[in-house]
Amino acid sequence: MKNELTRRLAPLVVATLLLAFVPLATSDYVLHIAIEILLWGFVYTAWSLMGKFGLVSLGHGAFLGIGAYVSPLLWNYAGLTPWLGIPIGVLIAMLLALVIGYPCFRLRVIGHYFALVTLALSQVALLTIVAARDITGGSLGMTPKAVGHSWYALQFPEKPYFYAIALVAWVFGIVVWHFVDIGEGRAALDAIAEDEGAAAAIGIDVMREKLRVTLASAALTAFGGALLSQYFMYVNPDTLSGIGVSLQIVFAAIAGGMYSAFGPTAGGLFTIALPEILRITMGTNFVGAANTIYGALLVIFIIFMPRGIIGWFESRLAAAPARS
Amino acid sequence: MDIYLLEAVINGILLGGVLALLALGLNLIFGVIDVVWICYAELVMCGMYMIFWLHSFFGWPILLASFAAILGVAGLGVLLHLLVISPILESAPINQLLATGGMLFFLQSLATLLFGTDFRNIGLRLPIIELGDIFISYSRLLAFGTALIGAVALYLFLSRTYLGIAMRAIAQDREIMGLMGVDQRRIYLITSAVGGALAGLAACLLVLQYDVHPFIGLSFGPITFMICVLGGLGNMIGGFVAAFVMSQIIAIGGYYFSIEISYVLAFVFFIVLMLIRPQGLLAR
Repeated sequence: MKNELTRRLAPLVVATLLLAFVPLATSDYVLHIAIEILLWGFVYTAWSLMGKFGLVSLGHGAFLGIGAYVSPLLWNYAGLTPWLGIPIGVLIAMLLALVIGYPCFRLRVIGHYFALVTLALSQVALLTIVAARDITGGSLGMTPKAVGHSWYALQFPEKPYFYAIALVAWVFGIVVWHFVDIGEGRAALDAIAEDEGAAAAIGIDVMREKLRVTLASAALTAFGGALLSQYFMYVNPDTLSGIGVSLQIVFAAIAGGMYSAFGPTAGGLFTIALPEILRITMGTNFVGAANTIYGALLVIFIIFMPRGIIGWFESRLAAAPARS
Repeated sequence: MDIYLLEAVINGILLGGVLALLALGLNLIFGVIDVVWICYAELVMCGMYMIFWLHSFFGWPILLASFAAILGVAGLGVLLHLLVISPILESAPINQLLATGGMLFFLQSLATLLFGTDFRNIGLRLPIIELGDIFISYSRLLAFGTALIGAVALYLFLSRTYLGIAMRAIAQDREIMGLMGVDQRRIYLITSAVGGALAGLAACLLVLQYDVHPFIGLSFGPITFMICVLGGLGNMIGGFVAAFVMSQIIAIGGYYFSIEISYVLAFVFFIVLMLIRPQGLLAR
């Protein structure tokens, strides 16, 4: 177990050391993109905790939205520091995950039905934010009161600070991913994904295993949402909750490869860097071109590379020695 | 009874007709091919653009443009099946759902790329009917009537024609129907075409009431899935009933609160009902 953990975490340590030097060598623009990739990569990793066990949730927009809105709302209206506001948002998201997850798992809502129930959940979150426009600003979004550089308000206009925060969060996400992947629960969850009835018959507590991974996933997603809102200093219902974001999360995780630790992050790299590259090379005359290519690539990925970019490389690497 | 509430109820019934038509097409696809087209509302959006361009830009008469759009979207349905669905027909259902979700992104952004994000209107204003103090929009009434006729026609097609019976039989048992000499591939293609045509028909009706823009699919796509699931995926009568239940919640909720709250109520109703009756409203 211990050796296994060391072997698994070695690439992460190397990656982190390399990434730690990025702020020294680049412009603010590149750093901005890097922060976005790390934060979204963290959210995608959180989603894949559930996704890789067949729990395809389209409701993560709701958790993300709660995380993103609760802390700025408390800050603006009650002056509560994000140090307390973020944990409150995470707790609310976990509570929501429990309220939806428990009956779903009890009544065996799985597959398509689980995806569609959670889809409804993310629409509820989106519409509630829009409907409460008097306090949330509705579709126009809202801005947390800016106070400049402040640890108390968790606001840092200088990019390297937030880069460090994003990097720490991301490393934390990957460690949790490994933790779930080597824990006892993994075999149980695999068995549940394969055949829920059979898993229950051999004494696996289906409800407990599913709820654990769902709560962990919701909590991390809400945390990611909170960091995104602290970084951008702006929240908007369409970019942080609802069906669009939910699908974005699912696709990035799948395109990158949800069965590999770095897969969802690779998905983040792909989904954030690609539009930037296309925008720079093609200019702004082609609004939508990046997303068109992105959409087409997604369909192709799902048809030809269901295990994603990283998964594809891994299977190539595994096949190469066998051939020679 | 409050006259405005009555108006809301009547408008709810009329809205239900269009939602029922949308749910019908999606249910047909699901029942026969066992695939959820997440991009169904985006096909409707394509149909609306076809009518807009043919009518407003090329000056075709509206009926001809509508007819062309129905055929065009039916063609899109066939293409969707051939290019996206049939390569992954054997893989996990959730992959099919996600592949059509990718198409949702693709169609939305392609429309943005080609037409921009402007709201476009075909500029056809149908009269408003006054019944005492109640105002009913003629275009909604037309949509409701056409949706009912479409539903009846589909029902007759499925119950009276050889093709329709073969489609229903495939839905019941995929393996055996092959042995009975029914060409599964051909049935799937025809189903996709009919499902597409229904989306095209919905586009004709919606373009009379709403402006078309690339993201219009998001405003009635989610509610259509909820209706299908509420009625029991693949259960057409259930979907039909669910469409009217949902549209009443939206209409009456909109009357008492606001339109967003009414949708929140509809979605919450859906979640609660899913947990009480996972197999749908009409499940035995």
